[in-house]
Amino acid sequence: MEETIQFKLNGKPVSLPVDGDRKLLWVLRTDLGLTGAKYGCGEGLCGSCTVLVNDEAVRSCQTELEDVRGKEVVTIEGLARSGVLHPLQKAFIEHDALQCGYCTPGMVLQAYALFKKSPRLSPQQIIEGMEGNLCRCGSHPRIVRAVQAAAAQKRGGG
Amino acid sequence: MSDGPLMEESGKGKDTGGMNRREFLELTAGIVLYFTIGDLPVFAQEGARRPAVNLPQDFNAFLRIGLDGRVACYTGKIEMGQGVITSLAQMLADELDVPLDAVDMVMGDTDLCPWDMGTFGSMSTRFFGPALRSAGAEARRVLMELAAERLKAPVADLATDRGVVFSQKTRDQHITYGELARGERLERHLTGTVAVKRPESFKIMHKPALRKDGRDKVTGTAKFAGDVHVPGMLYAKLLRPPVHGAKLVDVDLSEARRVKGVEVVQDGDLIALLHRYPDAAASALAKVKASYDRPHAAVDDETIFDHLLAVAPEATVLAEGGDLQKGTGEAAAVAEATYLNDYVAHATIEPHTAVAHVEGDKAVIWASTQTPFAAKEEVAKELGIDPKNVRVMPVFVGGGFGGKSMNRQIIEAARLSKRTGRPVQVAWSREEEFFFDSFRPAAIVKVRSGVTDKGRICLWDYHVYYAGERGAQHFYDIANHSTTAHGSGWVGPPGSHPFATGPWRAPGNNTNTFARESQIDTMAASAGIDPVAFRMQNLGDAKMRRVLQTAAEKFGWKPSTSPSGRGVGVACGIDAGTYVAAMAEVSVNKATGTISVKRVVCVQDMGLAINPEGAAIQMEGAVMMGLGYALNERVRFRGGDILDRSFNTYDIPRFSWMPAIETVIIEDRGAPPQGGGEPAIVTTGAVIANAVRDATGARLLRLPMTPERVKEAIKRSTAA
Repeated sequence: MEETIQFKLNGKPVSLPVDGDRKLLWVLRTDLGLTGAKYGCGEGLCGSCTVLVNDEAVRSCQTELEDVRGKEVVTIEGLARSGVLHPLQKAFIEHDALQCGYCTPGMVLQAYALFKKSPRLSPQQIIEGMEGNLCRCGSHPRIVRAVQAAAAQKRGGG
Repeated sequence: MSDGPLMEESGKGKDTGGMNRREFLELTAGIVLYFTIGDLPVFAQEGARRPAVNLPQDFNAFLRIGLDGRVACYTGKIEMGQGVITSLAQMLADELDVPLDAVDMVMGDTDLCPWDMGTFGSMSTRFFGPALRSAGAEARRVLMELAAERLKAPVADLATDRGVVFSQKTRDQHITYGELARGERLERHLTGTVAVKRPESFKIMHKPALRKDGRDKVTGTAKFAGDVHVPGMLYAKLLRPPVHGAKLVDVDLSEARRVKGVEVVQDGDLIALLHRYPDAAASALAKVKASYDRPHAAVDDETIFDHLLAVAPEATVLAEGGDLQKGTGEAAAVAEATYLNDYVAHATIEPHTAVAHVEGDKAVIWASTQTPFAAKEEVAKELGIDPKNVRVMPVFVGGGFGGKSMNRQIIEAARLSKRTGRPVQVAWSREEEFFFDSFRPAAIVKVRSGVTDKGRICLWDYHVYYAGERGAQHFYDIANHSTTAHGSGWVGPPGSHPFATGPWRAPGNNTNTFARESQIDTMAASAGIDPVAFRMQNLGDAKMRRVLQTAAEKFGWKPSTSPSGRGVGVACGIDAGTYVAAMAEVSVNKATGTISVKRVVCVQDMGLAINPEGAAIQMEGAVMMGLGYALNERVRFRGGDILDRSFNTYDIPRFSWMPAIETVIIEDRGAPPQGGGEPAIVTTGAVIANAVRDATGARLLRLPMTPERVKEAIKRSTAA
């Protein structure tokens, strides 16, 4: 049923007349034109559609729009602030932590949410925290290194 | 201008105004230099595989130096993660003497870029690279000649530095490439006669360079096919048969038609629901009621091997020498084994996707494809229009590995766009992706080999079925040997495979290397010799000896006969001209059959490494991806029914599978560059199988080495 749903998207309020049971992924990609979150499986099993809802990493292909009402949604497009990349984004570039790049937005946001929960991340915690995000190119070792580097920088006040 | 394949979404050809490439270039200011990649045998092969393709007659690559001094390189290659967007730019920038960030790669746009057969086979750097370097060197020479006229100085007095030509005598006499381009419109065909740089003069090549597409990919601005939205576009979901070979008997679309805003296309076998929202199209599809005639379930994932052997194609002898009977006579021990591997999926995270915009006799396509130029011809044929009216636009491809060469989704989108008169996006679901993927074929290798009492391999009789010749030939010194392939490694004859098969990262070589290197270990064990020492004493190839020796040093290999109980293994292979040696350490839980790979050392001699960092990334990626086919990945099926259609049961390598991976690239800067995207994956199955044998005494003869198969093998080996 169509209704008006309001939430904050990348820092700006949005108000959408839309069915509340539609999945966030499709609303972001089509209604709102933000294509950074990707479809990979539609079952919440690959992580390429990951976005942040109140700083928690969620699978947007499994999240109903109703569930983000009044909340703060951040997509990969909203992570850099006025053109300045987030330390995680920088670390992914500097550590070559990507190849085809299709899983990358989900990887970056998953790592961001891990940080939020616990800034002191051991490699083992990174591996466990990223376990649900799939990468077919095999960038895993460099993703772990990038997340570690960004974590170290953050602790150093960067 | 952003790095990466240049994008524009109007579909009208904003920068060409619908002109063809020749017209576009004639109106473009600057210096345009054409060059030709010599006649490669692969071109002829490709012509045979896709008869519709018109091979290029004059030139097949070119570069343009613009008024701003930027260099655009137009190539039909595509970027799908393998990093050629960076390594090709490095080659050109170095030879032409411009900064790396002054090079824009324009990739895979079929209007702007010259024809290309497709991006596969680790060939971009190997074959396109040398031509690109020579073009860069000659372009620099052309610029110096132009500068000589303008500066009124002899060419011999001139030198270049980062996009500037200057006089070595009077340093203040200089002119930029951009200024030279501004002076006149110049078009020239390069001759390929100017010498390229010697390795000691490299400034950009052979040095680590960060990906040119990195920023776009971490900010979400990199466009993949599914990210393209053309005004008025509809998303299509297609009705699919439940199993391969099923025939539609009856379909009821009445309920689906009631979905608000849905458009229905029913065109023979093509039934699709289209909507301006993809999720609404999917809901409409769910309301379709259809019944099918299912075919008789003839084979499944267990009976397939007998079936494949029964219908095996004719044999081709790839290599032979000596006398097999003599070899049998000389052998102190003869080992005979049959190796199997299951079908595996490409499982790229980006499913097959295409946007088609057909207007009258013209079509514009955005698609996840490794073969944009073949797609152009295929769309033209399907729509009955002139190929020159079809433009395939550049987009990033979210992983290929050989799986995005068939273009089925493009044809679907083109047909639907023609029928509806609207731009249409077809994006396969994960389930469709598993159903229509062209799997790596199941394959069989039968080997009979013998070893003398001195530990020399004296007999090698090798038959490969359905994995083809890539990597089939051994590289050991064996006096009496024969290698025979039954069929190609990609596609079997009609009636063999129950669904589509195709190339999968280093096609066939994973199978061949698994079989060969397992068999070599078996012989080493029966001769009571350490597997590395055994290989060394049967290897004359100096390059392979050096690669293996380097691996042993890096790994800290301690000689022992196998099984030593330590869980260490070794394997060697050659792929796409590159030599690889891998060593691994595993632990095996004998109760559960689970293999845990602790450490992998991978050493590679790939000639000149254009981007060593990029090459190391490809090696790590290949090892990671290889864990899947080695340990777990297999497509289960019954009849035409694909049983694994989700990441729920088809598990690909994850973070927790990650071993410590160490890569070494052996410097050989004088040698031409070889393949880098595939070679390191070929040894992964074998090296783990050999390490498992070393840990448990059990020899795994079939990939993947699932826990059940490991337990069975352990049971067999303890019983024996």
